[in-house]
Amino acid sequence: MSHKSDLIAEDILGYLKAQEEKSLLRFITCGSVDDGKSTLIGRLLWDSKLIFEDQLAALESDSRKVGTQGGEIDFALLLDGLQAEREQGITIDVAYRFFSTDKRKFIVADTPGHEQYTRNMATGASTADVAVILIDARKGILTQTRRHSFITSLLGIKHVVLAVNKMDLIDYDQSKFDQIVAEYHEFASQLNYSSITAIPLSALRGDNMIAPSANTPWYSGPTLLAHLEDVQVEQDAIEKPFRLPVQWVNRPNLDFRGFSGTISSGRVKPGDEIVVTASGQTSKVKDIVTFDGNLEEAIAGQAITLTLEDEIDISRGDVLAEAKAKPDFADQFEARIIWMHEDHLLPGRPYLIKMGTQVANAQISDLKYKVNVNTLEHVAGKTLELNEVGIANISADKALAFDPYDENRHSGRFIIIDRYTNATVGAGMVNHSLRRATNIKWQEMDINKGARAYQKGQKSAILWFTGLSGAGKSTVANLVEKKLHAMGKHTYTLDGDNVRHGLNKDLGFTDADRVENIRRVGETAKLFVDAGVITLVSFISPFKSERQLARSLVEEGEFIEVFIDTPLEVCEQRDVKGLYKKARAGEIANFTGIDSPYERPENAEIVVSTADQSAEQAAEIIVAKLEEFGVLGAWFPEI
Amino acid sequence: MQPNLTHLRQLEAESIHIIREVAAAFERPVMLYSIGKDSSVLLHLARKAFYPAPPPFPLMHVDTTWKFREMIEFRDRVAAEYGFDLIVHINEEGVKQGIGPFTHGSSLHTDVMKTESLKQALNKYKFDAAFGGARRDEEKARAKERVFSFRTETHRWDPKNQRPELWDIYNARINKGESIRAFPISNWTELDIWQYIYLEQIPIVPLYYSAKRPVVERDGMLIMVDDDRMPLNPGETPEMKSVRFRTLGCYPLTGAVESEAATLPEIIQEMLLTRSSERQGRMIDHDQAGSMEKKKQEGYF
Repeated sequence: MSHKSDLIAEDILGYLKAQEEKSLLRFITCGSVDDGKSTLIGRLLWDSKLIFEDQLAALESDSRKVGTQGGEIDFALLLDGLQAEREQGITIDVAYRFFSTDKRKFIVADTPGHEQYTRNMATGASTADVAVILIDARKGILTQTRRHSFITSLLGIKHVVLAVNKMDLIDYDQSKFDQIVAEYHEFASQLNYSSITAIPLSALRGDNMIAPSANTPWYSGPTLLAHLEDVQVEQDAIEKPFRLPVQWVNRPNLDFRGFSGTISSGRVKPGDEIVVTASGQTSKVKDIVTFDGNLEEAIAGQAITLTLEDEIDISRGDVLAEAKAKPDFADQFEARIIWMHEDHLLPGRPYLIKMGTQVANAQISDLKYKVNVNTLEHVAGKTLELNEVGIANISADKALAFDPYDENRHSGRFIIIDRYTNATVGAGMVNHSLRRATNIKWQEMDINKGARAYQKGQKSAILWFTGLSGAGKSTVANLVEKKLHAMGKHTYTLDGDNVRHGLNKDLGFTDADRVENIRRVGETAKLFVDAGVITLVSFISPFKSERQLARSLVEEGEFIEVFIDTPLEVCEQRDVKGLYKKARAGEIANFTGIDSPYERPENAEIVVSTADQSAEQAAEIIVAKLEEFGVLGAWFPEI
Repeated sequence: MQPNLTHLRQLEAESIHIIREVAAAFERPVMLYSIGKDSSVLLHLARKAFYPAPPPFPLMHVDTTWKFREMIEFRDRVAAEYGFDLIVHINEEGVKQGIGPFTHGSSLHTDVMKTESLKQALNKYKFDAAFGGARRDEEKARAKERVFSFRTETHRWDPKNQRPELWDIYNARINKGESIRAFPISNWTELDIWQYIYLEQIPIVPLYYSAKRPVVERDGMLIMVDDDRMPLNPGETPEMKSVRFRTLGCYPLTGAVESEAATLPEIIQEMLLTRSSERQGRMIDHDQAGSMEKKKQEGYF
C-alpha cells in the first residue's frame, strides 16, 4: 500500500528515517458529485497506492452493483461511507481521507457541494489550509463555485486550487480553460485568498493529477499532487503573538503546578513574560514541561505544560498570552456566524458559546445582516436559518479573550451550543470587539432591592403565569393581585396583550419576535423586582427556553413559575376571544396549541388548573403558596 | 524560519489536546483498553498528556474471555508498570450461558461478550466519556465519525444526527445518562501508528511479531490454537508456522498471517508491501455490506 518508494524494500531503516521528516497538509475538496470530486479523491488514493486488494475487490463488486461508470471502476464508491448514502448515490456529511507521499501526509476533508450542506463544508474548511475547488470544464463557474469559494474564504483558508476538471470532455481546449480562470480571478478578488492555482485536469483519465499530461502541452504549471506536496501554507500561526488557552491545571503534588494546553499561536521560551488575560496578572515562564523532557522552546501546535515563576491563580478557560501583545478581552463583539441547525437562530435567546477552552452564556444581541452565500449580497434579516451566514453582535455574560479571526485564525473562533438540547447550532468567527461593553458599567445603588422590598414588608418576586390562550392566566393573575393589594402588598401586572400595545408594538409573532417580546418583558419585570415589587406577568410563553431566559435574569427564588394547566380542549371550548376558531380556519398562523407548540413546564413552582377549580380557588392556592415561599412575610435582608 | 512540526508530532499534539479536553470536561471518563497496538499508542499519549501526573482516569478492558493469553499477560504487566487503575469487565451473564465463538458463532459472541458487555460496564460505572482507539482510515463507516461521538442513554450512535465539529473545539455538553465516545487518534493511519510505535519505542503485545505458533487453517484463515477450548475438526492438526497478527481480538476470530517479520522495521516493511487491509483478519466485517455501520449504531465501539 502507501506510496511507491524503492527504499521500502531495499532500506527500510532509511525509509523510516525519511518518513519522520514528513509534514502534514490538510485540505478540503469542494464540488458536487457531478464535478467528479469523489473520482478525484479516489484517484489520489488509488495512485498513491493506498487501496488494498480486499478493498479493491469490494470496489469492483460494488462498481458492478451500484456503480455509475458502466461497470468500470467507480472511484466514487470508495468514499461514500454510509449505507443510505450509497443507495442514494450522494455523500451527505464530512468524511476524512488519508494518503501520503514521500513528502507529505495528507488529510482530506471530503464535503458535499449541495446548497443545504453549507454546514458540512464549513466544518471541513475549519481545519483545512488549502481548498481544492472543482469546476466542470463544460459548465465553468457556477453559483456553487462562488458559494464554495465564499465559505472557504469565510473560514480563513488562504490558498485555493481551482481544479478545472473534465478537460477531456472539452478536448483540452486552452482558451476555454483560460476563460474560466480569468472569470474566477475576477470573482475571487472580493475574497481574502493569498494564492490561486488553476490546474486543467481529468480526474477520470488521470490528466495532470500525478504526472503532467501530454494532452495539455500548453500547461506548464504543477500537477495537482505536485502542487499539494509543495504548497507553503502559512507559518502564520508561529509568527503571531503567543497564546495558550489553558485546558487543564496539572497538580500531581504540592510542589508542582503546571498549566497544560495546546499553543494556539506564537512561540514560548523559559523566561518569557506572560500575562493571564482575564486577571492581568503577569509572571515569567519557568519551564516547558513534557513527557520527553523540558523544552528550550515550544511553538504553535504543540501540546505542552508550562510552569511559572510566581504562584498566580490560573484555571481552565484562562488564556496565557505574551505580556507585550495581549489579546482583546471583551464581553461584546461582532462576529460572522454560520448557522448549522434546523432550529433557527433567535436573537435574545440564551446560548452557550465555547471559544477555545472558554465557555460563556451569550446571546446574539443584534443580527446586522445576512450574507447570501451565492451572491455575497447583504440581506436584512431577524433570524438565521440552517446554512445561513450572518454578521451579528454578540453579548456574553463575561469577558472573553480573543484576537480577530482574520488577524489570527487560531483565535477568535467559537461554536454556539443550544443550552437545552446541547446541540452545536452554529459557529462563529470574531470580527472585532465592541468597546462600549467596557464603558457601560452597572450603577451600584446604595438603596438596593432588599431595602426597597423590606420597606414594603415583602420580598420582591416575579410571578410568571404561563399557559395556553384561554387558560385563565389574566383572570387568575387579576384575582391574585387584588388579594395581595388587599393585604397591603405592592404589586404590578405586566399583561401580554397590554405590553404589545406599547413597549412591544413593533413586534410580530414570528419565533424571533416572540423571543424578543419575552426578553423585553423579562427585563422590565426585572426592573420591577429591583424596585421591590411583586410583579405578575401573564404571558402564554410557550417555549421552555424563553421562560428559562426570563428566569435567568433574576436571582434564585425570585422567579415563581405559575402554570395554569388548563387542557387545550377546555381552552378551545371557551374560546373567549374567538381566536381558536380563527386559527382552526387557518386565519391565524403560529397559534399556540394549534400549529405552534406549547412546551409544558416541568418544574413549575405552582401548578393550578381552571378546568376543575374556579379562578377564585386557583388564586387562593397561589396566595397560600406565596405565603409558604416567604414572599409575603417581612423579610430581613442584609441592607 | 522554524520548520513546522512533523506529521507525527502534529498528530501527537492533536491527540493530547483531545485527551485533555475529555478529562477536563467530563466527570467520569474511562479509557477503553483493547490491548492492541492502537490502544498501546492511546495509552502512551495519555501518559504524555498529563505528565508528570498519572492520567486522571482508569483503564477498562472488556474481556470476552477469549482473548489470546499473551494479551492478558501484557495487559496486566502494562497496567502495573505504569500505575494505571485497571478495571476488567466480563459479562458474567454470557459466561453463565456459556457463550463462545465456537458454540454460538462470531456474531452472537461479539454481540453478547463485547457490545453488550461494554454497555453493561459503562452503565455499571456510570462513565460519561469513554476513550477508544478507533481510526477513521480503518473502515468507511468510521471516516465520518466525530472525535466526540455522541451516544444516547441506550448507547446508540445516530450517523444522521451528529454534532458538527469545527477547529479543535469540541462540544462536551450531555444530559444525564448520555455519554460520548472520544477518539483521540481518529486522524492517524495504520502507517502512522506503526511509525510512532517505532519512533517512541512503545511496547506492544509480542503476537504482532512473527514466531512459530500452532495454527490450523479454517475457512481460509489461519487460526491459532491458543488453548484447549478450541475443538479441532476431523483431520485438523495444529501445525507450527511462522505467523504474526496484524490485529488482535478473540483468538478464534482473528486470522494470523504467515510472516518472518520479527522486528518493528520488518513489520512496517511487510505492511507497506502487502496488499490487503488490516481489518481483513477480522471476521465481523465480512458478514454483510455495511456491517460495521450496523454494529456501530447498536453500540459496538
